[in-house]
Parts: sequence; C-alpha cells; structure tokens
Amino acid sequence: MKSIEKLMRKFEPDHDGKWAKMHPVWDGFYTILFTPPLTTQKGAHIRDGVDLKRTMMMVIIALIPCLLFGMYNTGHWHYVAESGNLDLAYWDNFGGKFWYGVLKVLPLVIVSYGVGLGVEFLFAVKNQHSVAEGYLVSGMLIPLIVPADVPLWMLAIAVIFAVVIGKEVFGGTGMNIINIALTARAFLFFGYPTKMSGDKIWMSGLTDMGPRPDGFSGATALGDLATFASDDPILPSLEAFSAKYPLWDSIIGMIPGSVGETSVIAIGIGAVILLATGVASWRIMTSFVLGGLFMGFLFNLWGANPFMELSPINQIVIGGFAFGAVFMITDPVTASQTNTGKYIYGFLAGLFSILVRVLNPAYPEGVMMAILFFNIMAPLIDHYVIQANVSRRMKRLKTKTA
Amino acid sequence: MSKTIKIRKGLNIKLKGEADKVLSAVDLTNGFALKPTDFHGVTPKMVVKEGDKVKAGDVVFYNKYQEEVKFCSPVSGVISEIVRGAKRRILEVRITADSEIEYAQMSKIDPKSASKEDAKAFLLASGLWPFIKTRPIDIIANPKDNPKAIFISAFDSSPLAPDYDFVLHGESENFQAGLDIITKLTDGKTHLTMNSSAQIDEVFKNAQGVVHNYINGLHPAGNVGTQIHHIDPINKGEKVWTINAIDVALIGKIVNSQRFDLTKVIAVTGSEIKAPKYYRTIIGAGVSPFLKDNVNEGDVRVISGNVLTGDKIEADGNLGYYSNQITVIPEGNNPRFSFTEGWMEPGFKKFSVSRTYFSWLTPNKKRVIDTNSNGEERAFVVTGEMEKVFPFDIYPMHLTKACMYNDLDEMENLGIYEVAPEDFALCEFVCTSKVNIQSVIREGLDEVQREIM
Repeated sequence: MKSIEKLMRKFEPDHDGKWAKMHPVWDGFYTILFTPPLTTQKGAHIRDGVDLKRTMMMVIIALIPCLLFGMYNTGHWHYVAESGNLDLAYWDNFGGKFWYGVLKVLPLVIVSYGVGLGVEFLFAVKNQHSVAEGYLVSGMLIPLIVPADVPLWMLAIAVIFAVVIGKEVFGGTGMNIINIALTARAFLFFGYPTKMSGDKIWMSGLTDMGPRPDGFSGATALGDLATFASDDPILPSLEAFSAKYPLWDSIIGMIPGSVGETSVIAIGIGAVILLATGVASWRIMTSFVLGGLFMGFLFNLWGANPFMELSPINQIVIGGFAFGAVFMITDPVTASQTNTGKYIYGFLAGLFSILVRVLNPAYPEGVMMAILFFNIMAPLIDHYVIQANVSRRMKRLKTKTA
Repeated sequence: MSKTIKIRKGLNIKLKGEADKVLSAVDLTNGFALKPTDFHGVTPKMVVKEGDKVKAGDVVFYNKYQEEVKFCSPVSGVISEIVRGAKRRILEVRITADSEIEYAQMSKIDPKSASKEDAKAFLLASGLWPFIKTRPIDIIANPKDNPKAIFISAFDSSPLAPDYDFVLHGESENFQAGLDIITKLTDGKTHLTMNSSAQIDEVFKNAQGVVHNYINGLHPAGNVGTQIHHIDPINKGEKVWTINAIDVALIGKIVNSQRFDLTKVIAVTGSEIKAPKYYRTIIGAGVSPFLKDNVNEGDVRVISGNVLTGDKIEADGNLGYYSNQITVIPEGNNPRFSFTEGWMEPGFKKFSVSRTYFSWLTPNKKRVIDTNSNGEERAFVVTGEMEKVFPFDIYPMHLTKACMYNDLDEMENLGIYEVAPEDFALCEFVCTSKVNIQSVIREGLDEVQREIM
C-alpha cells in the first residue's frame, strides 16, 4: 500500500504550482484509494467510521441485483422480439440473453458514469471544491431507469442536463432540490418522447426489426393498462391482462420495461440491504408502499374502468413503483428531512404515483412525476412539521408566563 | 416529583481504557497553568506580571467585561510566563509552584445561614465563581442574573468518564457544604439528577436541600443539558445555572477548610494508557507525571476531558480548569488504503452507528478509535441519523443549519436557548458529512449572545 501511496503522492499537484487548480481532481482520485490522513481538530476527537463514500457504496451494492437482472431481462425481450413469440421460455438460452444484455446495458452505465463524473470534476475544478460522492449513485440509477435502447448520445445529454441544472446550479451534492436521476429521465421523457414511450422501445432492437407477426405488441404492462381508459383498449378485459402478465411474472420481473425496474425480487434484495445498513429510511419506504396500496384500493372502490379495478398488489409490482419506492423516493437530500415529515412525504408520493398513472394515460409512468412533484413539496412538508415543534416551544413559554 | 426519566435516544460509545477504581498518587511537577481559553467568552485582564509571587487563591486575572468574576491561582509560586498567541491574546498563565503551597487568607462563611448576597459575594471574592455556568450560551454565569433553577448532574455518561460515585466517595460533608452555598443562589429549585441504573453513592443519596431526580439510559443521559430539557426546559428569557458535582464538592471543601485548595481526583483513561486509574491532582497541573511510562508507543493524542468534548493538549500540557479526566487515544494521521481499512473494507473493526460496517455484529465489543475523521467534510446529505442520538424535542440538523447561516429568529424558534455545544457532541460523532457541529453551535450561541443577550 505504501508504494501505491507513494505513486499517488508523486502526482500530487503543488498547491501553488502550475497545476494547483487541478488539485480537486487529484484529491478525488486519492480519496477513492485512500482514507486521507485527516484528523479531528475541533469538537469530538473521535468520529464514526461511516462517510459519504461508504453510504453511497451501500446503495451501489444494493443496485447490483437490479443491474444483473436488468441485463438478463433486456436480452430476453430482445430474443422475444426477434422470434416474434411472446411465449418464449424465460430461462432458455441463458448465456446468450445475458450476453446481449451486457452489451446493451454496460455502455449505458459507462456513458452515464463517464459523462456525469466528467461534469462533476469540471465543476470541482471550476469552483475549487472537492468532488462529492453524490453522482456515484445517480450514475448507476440513470441506466436502470431508461429503456435499454435509448441512444447513448441522448443519455449523455440527459446526464449533463441533470448534473448541471439539477445539481450544480444549486451548489452540488446535498444542495439539490429534485432527484438527479429522475431529472435525467424526465429530460429524456419530455425531450425525446419517441425514445421513452410507446410500444416499440421496451424490447431491445424492436424498432429496427421489420413488421412483427399479428397480435405481437412490444408494450409494457402499464402501456396496455393505459389503453383501458381509451375507446380502443388493446386487451379486452382485466382477465386477459392477468393472463398476459401473471402476478408472479411481474414479481420476478419477467415483463418488459426499463432496464432495472422490472424485478420486484431484485429490488427487494436491494431494499433489504438498504434497510439493514440503515442507509435508506424505512419510514419513507414503507409509507410510500402504503400510499400506493391505499390509492390502488380507492380506485378499486371507484372502478370506472378495468385499470382502476386492478388489484393494489398488481399496481405496485408493475412499472417503476417498486424501484421508485426503494431507490428514488428515499434519496435523503430531496426527501423530507424530519421523521414525521418522512411518513407524510412517502405516503402522499405513493398515493400520487398511482393517481397519476391511472388518471392520466398520457403519462403511464406516474411514479416519476409523483416523486419529482413531492421532491418539490418536501421542504413544505418539513416546514409545517418544524412549525409544529416551534409552536410547541412557544406554548410552553406562554403557559409559563401566564 | 421523583420520577425516573428514561433516555432512549443516544449512544454509549464503548471504548477501551476505562479507569480501574484505584486511586494512586504521583508527584506533580511544579509547572502549573491557568488557561483563559478554558473560559469561553472571558477576556482576561491581568492582575499579575511575569515574575510576581502569588499565593494559592490570589487573583491572577479577572474578566475585563465582568470585573467581579475573578480567576485565582491554584497554587502558590511565581508567575513564570504569560503565553500569548495571535493578536497578543493570552493563552496561558504559567505558574512555577513552590514545594510547599501557601494559601491566601480567605473570608469565612457559614454555608447554612448565609444569605443569597453573602453566598454570591463569597463565591465571587474567593475565585470560585468560574465553576458556575449559565444556560443559555454555556458560559460563566453572570452574577447579576437570577436563575430560575440550578442543575447538578450526579454522574457523567460520556465515554470513559470518571465514576462520580467513586471520585466523591466519602466527601459527603464537603458536597453538602457546597450544595448549601449553591442552593442559596437561586430562588427556585436546585436539581440533583442521579443515574437510577447505577449504585448511587451516599454522597448523592443523602444530599439535602435539593430536588432528587432520577434518569437512566444512554449517553447523553448524564449531560446536564439533557436533564434540564426533560425536567424543566429553558424558555426564552430564562436562565438556568449549572455546576459540575465534583466542583460542588470542591467548593464545599474550600468553604470547610478555608483554604483555596483545588485538589481533586481525576481519571486517566484511554486505549493508549497502560494502566488507566484515578489520580489525585490539582486543577491546572501538568499532565506529564500521569503519562510518564504509562503511554503506549506511537503517535497519541492527549485530551484534557473526554473524547467527545475535551480539548487537545500537548503531552507536557496542563489539565483544563473543568476537566475531570485525561484521555489518551491514538492519532489517526496516516493514510489508509480504502480496500483494507477504508471505505471499501468489510469493517469488522471499524465502529459505526450506521451498520454499514460489519462491526454492528459485535456491538458490545470495547473498541480503540483513533482521531482520524474517516472521511472528508461534505454538505449534509444523510438525514435522520442525528435524531437517533439526540434526546431533545429539537431538530438538530435544522438548528445546526440555522446557526450556519446566522438566522437568529430561526435559531431562537428551533431552541438554541436549550442547548450547549456538548449536547451536540454525539451528533457530531455520527455525522456522515463530518461537519464540526459543536463549533457551529458555539458560533451560533456567540452570535445570539452578541445580538440578543
């Protein structure tokens, strides 16, 4: 380790030398390899072992099951599209499907990290601050919430937009108002709708293939459901939907969708890691799920169309709901910061996710909208929670003086 | 009234190097120091010059802006040096002690029958006033104030803290005399708060003239700030005075013996001490005799006080005025490779509250923690972690942020009057973003004092 450290030190730019401005870049690399010899100077002499790098690493570990499953799933639906047979056995040709997925998804990951971290380093040099770890997680999240076929240049633009407008203009990691990964997704969704919605893009390679056999559709479960609200539904009834997308298929993740969002089991493994390590807030996560179930139940009671009649359990296992519940809504910077606020924030965001999804078929992915909306609402929720604390204190003073 | 308060939010950091309950003696060196830096907010005005002779109890300096608050020499001897720092700020007044301590003449007081004015005048004239601190702001009390209550904590729950039941065992008479004087200072109650889950010594059990409260649970249960918050919280405009139990006994002893004798028992603790024990010493004494042949090899940090709130001192430095312990822990000033002992290791040895390291599997293991900050400072990202160790009905992160941007209204609303920097020590310990919260709160309190008080 001494030799690596020596090698690193050799490249350290002098603080007042020619390359002094590049010091944050060197610091960034150095702190990835070494915990710097910083000691406490003021206040507590000992500090907890955890730091932001460790916290972020836990999230990345939690995302790995989603990434691996997403790669396989991408491959599977590619072969489905190619053969035109929707009933292609899921676990056949394991290696081939996975390899296709790797070739498709890995470039997304590389572009996301490369471009995003590049922007981070640029801003670190420009503003002479250290490179914060926030993008380590965003960089992994972004490839998992886009369709595998999204062109790399679009992804790069979306990443630049998200990091600059979503984060750096506010002052960097810890200062942003809305979730970076969802900012990137929203940018793609509104900027390049043809690549982000419809029934052509969810199976990798489908757009470039010729006409498919009759009755073949590349839509997602949500896409099919959304048509229930229109005059011309794709599926005749909810029974047909259940036959096409059995509950267990949705839970395992054997449905088309964005790269990492389909498998509730893979997401569940991530959730266990995040909750066990205490990185994500269980308050937000559970209340988000409860909010979604509650809204699904309310729609069941209303029941104006088959989409509304879909059982709440089905509602939360399709689309990005589960992924949003575990990885998006729990982002501590953009979420509510008070414990009471977290319950309210999570519940309402979950409720709105299903609300937007069902009532507005133009946005089948209501989760993204709902979370972005409640990112903006979070400070308001916190404000009222804190005001309650303040007025408790005021009341104490009044009873005292009275 | 005597109900038990249970503190569930908090953290007991289990460290190696707790002091054995053995009292040993060493010969003190003759180098003593009175450090104005121990008294936050005091601008010292010197009474003596270098080379002057003083007796124990003679005034060395007083507070320029509160002239009646005097600071006296703990020993007799010669003022050998007045150490100054930047802008000629006085850092230390060094005193070379005589071999035989000569005490200055002291006035007499009967603690039982004294009036409030008498008690105040006595404590001020004899240089004992600096032991009394005030909340809000957490500085030496203003003698003109009329506190609504006085709080005394009968135990210290911080890591490796000295056991007050051991330190004060057999000091009942002195402790009671001290209490008799202290209780005179307020028209309200004087609260003595004891740890109900420990064997309480007679010193505290038999204390008269005070309200007995019981508290138990995790650190900071022993912090007087926690106790105030749960017993009789401070509202805007109110003042509460606090004094350490050991210092109460010290005042009692001086009253009884009529000698300015600042001898007390301290704990010498920490993972780098070979034989952690209790020692008898005098306030301001040099710490080197306690550390001689008693410290492990390697780079160490010597702290006057505990690991959470103490002050860093040199190995040949002097005991702080309020410190009841010396802690020696390893310095963490070497870089660590991230895969073996950094942020990517499994972390069976690295202590963390967050369960991101596997050390959470062995929560009862006593650990060696060094002074490495384990990461660089960042903006606040993780939320909810401070609330777990902060047993106040206050939002710690929001109050810290309010202090950072100096919003006095918000600080006031969020409860700045109820807290002292030491209450935030655990928040600072757990903070993922490595923000120096105690300093931030200190600056916030200073701002409040400048603008509002």
